Amino acid sequence: MKHLQLDNHGELRHFLSIEGLNQPLLTQILDTAESFVHDSGKPIQKYPILRGKTIINLFFENSTRTRTTFDLAATRLSADVINMDIATSATSKGESLLDTIHNLEAMHIDMFVVRHSVSGAAHFIAQHTAPHVSVINAGDGRHAHPTQAMLDMFTIRRYKKDFSQLKVAIVGDILHSRVARSQIQALNTLGVSEVRVIAPKTLLPTKVESLQVTACNNLQQGLEDIDVIIMLRLQKERMSGALLPSEAEYFKCFGLNETTLKYAKPDALVMHPGPINRGVEISSSVADGIQSVILQQVSYGIAVRMALISMLMAKQGVQQ
Amino acid sequence: MNIFIKNGRIIDPANNIDRIGNLYISHGKIVSLKETPEDFVADKVIDARHLIVCPGFIELSARLREPGQTQKATIASETKAAAKAGITSLCIPPDTQPIIDTPAVAELIHEKAELAHYPNIYPIAAITKQLQGKELASTYSLKQAGCIAVSQAQQPFGNVLILKRAMEYAASHDLLFIHQPLDYYLSNQGCVHDGKMATCYGLPGIPAIAETIALTQCLELSKETGCRVHFSQLSCARSVKLLKRAKSSGLAVTADVAIHQLHITEAKMPVFDSAYHVIPPFRTDDDQRALSKALANGTIDALCCDHQPHDIDAKLGAFPETEAGISGLESLLPLMLALVNEGTLVLNQGIARLTTDVANIMGLEAGTLSLGASADICIFDANKQWQLNQENWLSRGKNTPFWGQMLQGQVTHTLQTGKIIYEN
Repeated sequence: MKHLQLDNHGELRHFLSIEGLNQPLLTQILDTAESFVHDSGKPIQKYPILRGKTIINLFFENSTRTRTTFDLAATRLSADVINMDIATSATSKGESLLDTIHNLEAMHIDMFVVRHSVSGAAHFIAQHTAPHVSVINAGDGRHAHPTQAMLDMFTIRRYKKDFSQLKVAIVGDILHSRVARSQIQALNTLGVSEVRVIAPKTLLPTKVESLQVTACNNLQQGLEDIDVIIMLRLQKERMSGALLPSEAEYFKCFGLNETTLKYAKPDALVMHPGPINRGVEISSSVADGIQSVILQQVSYGIAVRMALISMLMAKQGVQQ
Repeated sequence: MNIFIKNGRIIDPANNIDRIGNLYISHGKIVSLKETPEDFVADKVIDARHLIVCPGFIELSARLREPGQTQKATIASETKAAAKAGITSLCIPPDTQPIIDTPAVAELIHEKAELAHYPNIYPIAAITKQLQGKELASTYSLKQAGCIAVSQAQQPFGNVLILKRAMEYAASHDLLFIHQPLDYYLSNQGCVHDGKMATCYGLPGIPAIAETIALTQCLELSKETGCRVHFSQLSCARSVKLLKRAKSSGLAVTADVAIHQLHITEAKMPVFDSAYHVIPPFRTDDDQRALSKALANGTIDALCCDHQPHDIDAKLGAFPETEAGISGLESLLPLMLALVNEGTLVLNQGIARLTTDVANIMGLEAGTLSLGASADICIFDANKQWQLNQENWLSRGKNTPFWGQMLQGQVTHTLQTGKIIYEN
């Protein structure tokens, strides 16, 4: 995948996955994102660097916050943004994914931000787009959600500084989570001391150890000595698929509340990619508590996406 | 027409023959492997010096896409590819459109085969109506119409009781049941092996137990019903163990493996490359080693290419949304020879697994160079290198992970019932 994402000079051409990107490049993304954030943490209002560029947010799957933050990021860089919400059944009109892409390309656009319900969709689009068009993966199936992972890394770096000392736990549906896969790759690339995944066996992938993580089926054991807790959203369909008995039992075993939060280090950060299910994976008191940085994640998402959009466009002759 | 093939290395595993010699063909049959028969005047002489002369290959699972999916391939296009690949008999799974569940469809396929001048096409009948896994198809009538076995293709049975009854009925008419063991629910619409790739790339996985549980179930039912079963396209090491145990207990079961499984594993697959999307999926190195060993020692009886030609659109998309399968006829011989060159098989074994061993499973009078046998013959140059590319590929399906690669071993002549159907 490295080949597809990087040009001959090792610079980003597409942003599809964390895999194949090295630590200096991830650090460069984080540093660039810093330049779009005031010391206060508020994003800088407007940069004129992408005037005349057109970005299409091509969403084959519903999203509110990811699409909005991409929209804001591009607008703040002065690009023209078109939002296209294509129900996954767009192909029911007889148009293939590739035809959709080629039609939009014919309208002279510069970048696709793609979300799709099938793993590998962004990769497929990147393989088939014209050379001047960049693709950002805004989430494909269970595969990757690399901008979410980078905004999480940005948040962690802002609060914890040194990755090498950190132990990070990701709690929840690892099996179906593109967010978790990208976070794990980013955390390992940035050199954290340990990544732990905590879930019942039904929500862990078969070869979980190949992700370079420690797997744990028990929240108390899993959170021991942890600096950063990332809670994943639990989808309702996991109950109908016989992966879990009920939300209540899930919360009992894996939910983060004021008691279970104490299993981790006292200064542990609490994170969540959103949208949160209060009382399913996390209690309101913890989600809104002092250790929570959930809303900061959302804010930083804009700066990180501005960084990525501008880095990809730099390749097209735009000065950063 | 009399054909004289001279000075070739004749390999006929069924008769334990491996020597340099001559072969005489008259009226579609092999008439001598030694002296020139009386009054034999050759209409055509083939000089097979430095070439190997063996029985034509028999492919156990060739989807020709006709009737019903002629945008992918046709009987005419694929039989040409088969002829070029030295394959002289093709067994056709029942999942055509319409499905081979009435004698009319079987007859239609036979007719199309005649029109394509490639008579040795053997339809396999659907074991249930419309392959829906609910009601039995008229398999006795289908047998009378020329179907050589019964199968559910890749469709699930409604439940195990229906599977049991289907096997009982097949056994009543001494029909061979061809079964690809893959539990529908455990497969869970997966597209890769449920291992490292599924885990790391978030692709839906098909676990090995989807195969071994279905295999165990069918072995038990074979014991119970007395139905002869041939398991197609095994992919797991554990399946080999189960099969070996069943065979040593005296069960009438056989099995094959798809040749691509012996060359590619999950670890060798490029990520999201739909050319590598196959069912059963490419599995681990351990699985591959066990399958290769089983093929060599005869636990797995036969090799196939599991030919599934596709149109370009079928493979254009995000990996899980693409169609599974490889267009395999034309790479079958080179991939078999590669196993010989790497020491997995000896040449005679490799040929046997594509000829006489297949004929024995399917009950076909084919796959040998015995006196009086139909002259279905493949002559090939085992050392000739060629590149798999647009110029020399005849199958309508370009879907192969070997595209662009240099392969070794090329067919020079293919004869079917004494007629030269391919000459290079």
